[in-house]
Amino acid sequence: MIKNRRTLLAVLGMLLLKPFAALAAWNEQAFGAKTAADALSGLGAPSPAPSKDIVIDAPQIAENGAVVPIEVMSNIPGTTSIAVVIEKNPFPLAGKFDFKDGALPFVKLNVKMGETSDVRVLAMAGGKPFVATREIKVTIGGCGG
Amino acid sequence: MAGPMKMRATLAGGNTEVRVLMSHPMTTAQMKEGLHHIRNVVVKQNGKTVVEAEISQAVSRNPVFSFRLKGGAKGDKIEVSWLDNKGESNKIETAVA
Repeated sequence: MIKNRRTLLAVLGMLLLKPFAALAAWNEQAFGAKTAADALSGLGAPSPAPSKDIVIDAPQIAENGAVVPIEVMSNIPGTTSIAVVIEKNPFPLAGKFDFKDGALPFVKLNVKMGETSDVRVLAMAGGKPFVATREIKVTIGGCGG
Repeated sequence: MAGPMKMRATLAGGNTEVRVLMSHPMTTAQMKEGLHHIRNVVVKQNGKTVVEAEISQAVSRNPVFSFRLKGGAKGDKIEVSWLDNKGESNKIETAVA
């Protein structure tokens, strides 16, 4: 009886926990990728089309690689997500932002850059991947302790 | 340790501009503290999810993000929450000023 009750509680616990686990999505494949190409594949966008409608606002030269401000906006109609990929970082994918109805495809964030690198901004629009690239020079790298 | 959050939500150019600061070490695997970073960020407008993000250890310590929401009005409730790779979480709610 007690055993059954415990089993029941365990099952209930799993049912309750599962929706939370599902909410906290984490793309292990894309974030674990060690090259930009693998990160793009992990995001389901191995060969994005270059686009001038993705606007990247970032410094040409970042003095401190520990805090590099990057502002990105997609003017491609129907943009549903934006990802920031830092080519030469040990793990290039810095973040992926999904925009639902009600949000503009815009984000500003601070990232760490180990060295001078191309930064690729990927936008998904109508299920199709687009990309813009911008080089940011780093004077002092920001990935050490 | 994860500390308090700060947030400001204002109307600008017909849209809602959300600026949020999260106190978090955001350490990488190469650092002596080991890998400890926020993984998930969710932005809600009046209870409805508008932005869902996954972020890596490449985001700077004490992350600051800006988001833009379409339209909006004074008094709208904006909530931002995060969850890290160790299961710690935090959230903040504010009304659009």
